[in-house]
Amino acid sequence: MKPEIITGAEIVIRSLQKESVDFVFGYPGGAVLNIYDAIFKQKYFKHVLVRHEQAAVHAADAFSRATGKVGVALVTSGPGATNAVTGIATAYMDSIPMVIISGQVPTHAIGEDAFQECDTVGITRPCVKHNFLVKDVNKIASTIKKAFYIASSGRPGPVLVDIPKDITAEEAEFIYPDSVALRSYTPVTKGHLGQIKKALDLLLKAKRPMVYSGGGVVLGNAAESLKNLIDTLGFPITNTLMGLGGFPASDEKFLGMLGMHGTYEANMAMQDCDVLLAVGARFDDRVIGNPDHFLSKPRKIIHIDIDPASISKRVKIDVPIVGDVKSVLDDMLESYGDLKKDHNKDLIKPWMAQIKEWASEDCMAFEDDGSFIKPQKVIQTLHKVTNGEAFITSDVGQHQMWAAQYYPFDKPRRWINSGGLGTMGVGLPYAMGCQLAFPDSQVACVTGEASIQMCIQELSTCKQFHLPIKIINLNNRYMGMVRQWQEFFYGNRYAESYMDALPDFVKLAEAYGHVGMKIEKSSDIEPALKEAFSEKLKEKLVFMDFITDQTENVFPMIPNGKGLSEMILAGDS
Amino acid sequence: MENESGALSRVSGLFSARGYNIESLTVAPTEDPTLSRMTIVTSGSDAVIEQIIKQLNKLIDVVRVLDLNDGKHIERELMLVKVKASNQYQDEMKRISDIFRGRIIDVSDNTFTIEVTGSSSKLDAYLESLDSESIIETVRTGALGIGRGDRILKA
Ligand SMILES: Cc1ncc(C[n+]2csc(CCOP(=O)(O)OP(=O)(O)O)c2C)c(N)n1
Ligand SMILES: [Mg+2]
Repeated sequence: MKPEIITGAEIVIRSLQKESVDFVFGYPGGAVLNIYDAIFKQKYFKHVLVRHEQAAVHAADAFSRATGKVGVALVTSGPGATNAVTGIATAYMDSIPMVIISGQVPTHAIGEDAFQECDTVGITRPCVKHNFLVKDVNKIASTIKKAFYIASSGRPGPVLVDIPKDITAEEAEFIYPDSVALRSYTPVTKGHLGQIKKALDLLLKAKRPMVYSGGGVVLGNAAESLKNLIDTLGFPITNTLMGLGGFPASDEKFLGMLGMHGTYEANMAMQDCDVLLAVGARFDDRVIGNPDHFLSKPRKIIHIDIDPASISKRVKIDVPIVGDVKSVLDDMLESYGDLKKDHNKDLIKPWMAQIKEWASEDCMAFEDDGSFIKPQKVIQTLHKVTNGEAFITSDVGQHQMWAAQYYPFDKPRRWINSGGLGTMGVGLPYAMGCQLAFPDSQVACVTGEASIQMCIQELSTCKQFHLPIKIINLNNRYMGMVRQWQEFFYGNRYAESYMDALPDFVKLAEAYGHVGMKIEKSSDIEPALKEAFSEKLKEKLVFMDFITDQTENVFPMIPNGKGLSEMILAGDS
Repeated sequence: MENESGALSRVSGLFSARGYNIESLTVAPTEDPTLSRMTIVTSGSDAVIEQIIKQLNKLIDVVRVLDLNDGKHIERELMLVKVKASNQYQDEMKRISDIFRGRIIDVSDNTFTIEVTGSSSKLDAYLESLDSESIIETVRTGALGIGRGDRILKA
């Protein structure tokens, strides 16, 4: 066969084709012009032109969260790359597999403060799983292969490939490797069987068992395996913010989300259990609160995680199991077969009764006399109108917590939010990534009037690509989450958290060619949502501006530095 | 670790980003030119050291990590010391250098430069025994380490 001699830019395109990439989210510029010229001539994938590089990375990130595939973004050198950094750091904190390709100034100009030069590899190093600067056209294909492999294996994460402009113009033979072997990178998959048996032994003897699962179950496609195991054991379970949908919320064993804004029953059970099984979660500060308080109660902890560094990082673990969560859960269920006869399911009856009592607190109840729009009610109605089947993206703030609390998810990869970095502005680009991946599904972006303005320019992208996203703007005229902290911990001094000079969102939506709605009455919530999701507006992006109760707060709440059982509840004054 | 540009900054960046302490860090290519070997001297509780090892292992360029303190090992550091060569210090300096098996490797009208090797604490002791007035300049490599006997670190 004749060797295929093509340009570096074409090698980039062909490599992406080899990786079965469907969408590239990007924004052109000088250093990537060769690559864009090659994009012009290809038909393998669709390029989605965003309006800001941050949104390109967020949209690619959401595409990955929703589908499980590797998301791809393409940006130019200098400002293109620096604009992408927030997106990359966001994906990194939530372990999202992504490949970001950035243009760089020509190799001979590197280090000379050339126009639009920045040390992209240096700037992104702390917020990527790995990055590369390719200086040889013959290495483009193998580097992209490595990038996809590293991004999607082990604990996933974003990988950046920086390619100088001259390299994309040079020619080389296109050889795409079938596989990669890196002596310095060999992620484990199978968990240690001895440890798995030890864990089961502990679990079956537990009087007060509790299961806590996180984003690892969603990312590791382990939801079904988790369900099988938990159904077999009959244990109570909670999810982290990142883990929602990893276990069906409608199952009676599900205690709701835990953590800073978790349910009373989930947090109390987490604190009081005698054996805790943690699956693909990392005991972070928003989840267990003060670690000393958490550790003040004795309990045995089993931790399953793909990343050994996540184990015993904040909390000492008794039975660590390093491995792919799905494989470990399946092995655990299999091992259970041998131990089944010794399992006394009555052992946990008093514990289940205790949990029921905690649940009777009804910590999620909220007052609603109909005089204002209650944000919680908007989310509950959204759940009803979409039959709980929609992809829900959110921004960051109170609205994010209400979405997590009042939209129960039964399936993984439906709840798309920035849990780790907590990046305001992700909501709309996240919705774009989901809608492009699932054009026939309902996609709603739950946002706040502050967050939505951080990537509002993407309304233009949505118009160009006909994305019928429904934006649920819970407009409380405040950076509500900031205001809540100021109310509780700063003597009601609302420093710079009032959102003055807000745009008319209806007109704004219309200016971009979309449909705008302003909803001011509680009784209008349901009709408005029904209309937005109706057949008539099926093809349309609808921006729903809900004017909500300004004083509403998120409950329960664990104040900073406090322990899991030290929640403030809605009824407390 | 892989002898790649940027590998060193990944390691040093990890230490600063996570607030780990670095007392010294030395790095150079090995007999296999595709590999570099780094010796890091750090301190922390057992939990912190465990995290450091895990976090280092997570870096893609890192091939293997070994905590030399887990077994018998040899530690050496090289130091060059430039001292004043006045009559006042000369004999004393030669005597001390002999005790520490230092070698004079450069002489000028006003200065002597001495080379000393040993554990880091031996080098500290050497410096302490010199008259501090006489010391003009010092430069140290930081510690290098290797396991004793069959204890090896290989890719
Ligand atoms: C980029 C960024 N800047 C600042 C913050 C800090 N922050 C967290 S929530 C919040 C307010 C969000 O306000 P809004 O979007 O209106 O949501 P609400 O809390 O009112 O529902 C701020 C400023 C952040 N998370 N992200
Ligand atoms: Mg707000």
